[in-house]
Amino acid sequence: MKKRTTNYMITLLLVLGCITVLFPLYMTIIIAFKQPAEMTNDIGGVLAFPSSWSLANFAEAIRVTDFWHSLFNSLIITVATIVLSILIHSVAGYVIGRNMMEKKSYKFLYFYIVSGMFVPFAILMMPLVKQTSEMGLDNRIGVILLYIVFYMPMNVMLYSGYLKNIPLAMEEAAEMDGASTWTAYWKVLFPMMAPMHATVAILTALGTWNDVMTPLVILSGDSGTTLPLAQLNFQTQFGTNYNLAFASYLLALIPILIFYIICQKQIINGVANGAVKG
Amino acid sequence: MKKRKSMNHKDRTFLLMILPIVAIFFLFNTLPLIRGAVYSFTNYKGYGSYDWVGIRNYIDLFTDIRVGKSYLFTFKYAVSGMILVNVISIMLALALTAKIRIKSTLRGIYFLPNILGGLIVGYIFSFIFTYIIPSIGTALNIGWMQNSILASERYAWIGVLIVGVWQAVAMNTIIYISGLQTIPAEIYEAGMIDGAGAWKTFSSLTLPMLMPFVSINLVVSTKNMLMVFDQIVSLTKGGPAQSTESISYLIYRNGMGGGQFGFQSANAVIFFIVIVAISLCQMWMTNKREEQL
Repeated sequence: MKKRTTNYMITLLLVLGCITVLFPLYMTIIIAFKQPAEMTNDIGGVLAFPSSWSLANFAEAIRVTDFWHSLFNSLIITVATIVLSILIHSVAGYVIGRNMMEKKSYKFLYFYIVSGMFVPFAILMMPLVKQTSEMGLDNRIGVILLYIVFYMPMNVMLYSGYLKNIPLAMEEAAEMDGASTWTAYWKVLFPMMAPMHATVAILTALGTWNDVMTPLVILSGDSGTTLPLAQLNFQTQFGTNYNLAFASYLLALIPILIFYIICQKQIINGVANGAVKG
Repeated sequence: MKKRKSMNHKDRTFLLMILPIVAIFFLFNTLPLIRGAVYSFTNYKGYGSYDWVGIRNYIDLFTDIRVGKSYLFTFKYAVSGMILVNVISIMLALALTAKIRIKSTLRGIYFLPNILGGLIVGYIFSFIFTYIIPSIGTALNIGWMQNSILASERYAWIGVLIVGVWQAVAMNTIIYISGLQTIPAEIYEAGMIDGAGAWKTFSSLTLPMLMPFVSINLVVSTKNMLMVFDQIVSLTKGGPAQSTESISYLIYRNGMGGGQFGFQSANAVIFFIVIVAISLCQMWMTNKREEQL
């Protein structure tokens, strides 16, 4: 077969198409650095470079939105959710995946948990708000717990699907050497599922980091905010100062942008993996 | 004898491992689902005492204009969104798997909208719709562009749709790219020998091979679009005149703050049934198509 030559036409179209993605980001950066006086009414005034690249807006936005505190909350919730999801969901995926072929009860359990994917948050929301406050869980721990439950269907499906590629002989060999099922799992199988851990971590991270609805309804007043929630509160209080607002949006976007720039390949692979296996 | 004992022991370990996990799942997924269904038969306001009202909430749902409007908006949004997202992302995926320069950079850029939070993206687009586009309209003297689309009762939903599609395309494109990569090159060579043109190759070779991925994408994008919430909060808050109030947003707004806990629980139960029915329908339809091919 003759070697296909580079298609410059498509390359050019794709590069032009990038404007639709990059323009909103460009605009955000430009406005975040400007002063309100520079925001003239014509389009050029809004999109031109700022007269000076001053960080004043960012300093003010950090102060007003209590940025470090909400960043800390977001980080703690996301990291705890990822770690616990990997530990708990992989065990669930393992036990269900290894038993569902022979045992009807485990097959049922699989469908019971996976069907949770179709339950919209809207129906759980109101009862959960009551339930978490009754149980004293209207705080970060409650949000983490709920995320573990919400991501369980997807992750159990991913883990038990991945397990089909790992032969039973692996843990049987370890058990022959005298290891219990429990130790054999953590020593042998858990490390072997590393590629799936990465996929689960990425999918769970993207979902929890950007989620607004759960912390919005679950977190009570004094337990602080997450990064997206801080933007929502900020908007209702100071929505008219666009320069301050955009500085605040940019600050909220920076952590995930850095994460994306560093792990772009892993993130894209992880997402594709999750969708294809699922 | 020994073998049987060790099997039992293993089964017990399995049970001990899974039971606490299932218990948590039941406690925070199934139990609230049941509680929600129970509340839907009451006139509970979210506080104070309440009475059983039987199926009154369900009867009222079908005559409530605001609920009807929210279903209309949500379906209009989800159906147009699903079509647009899938058409655009198939085209993008084809382009991004063609022989092009700076392939990984381009893929990286087109995936970017997926990692950004819907709320902040909504705020950024809200500024574009209210300031940037009208000022372009004024400069070029184009009438319909001079007012914000989000302020129009008739067209605000299109503004929300643009933002929803802008974000959702990224994810679906990646799924289609991985789908296209599973198609072996020999199939295309065979097609070329048969003299198939570009469209013929796409419609009778690429698309059928891509069907499993189309089915994933249809289910995922429809479900996500039906549950639209963040974009509504940041773009329109359901306005103007409740023309962009999605079902999720209505349940949140009136159920949590409007004293309609019981009534909106009934709404949520119906919404849940609708989502399950649509997802099952889509899976059944795409499965049937896959078998035919």
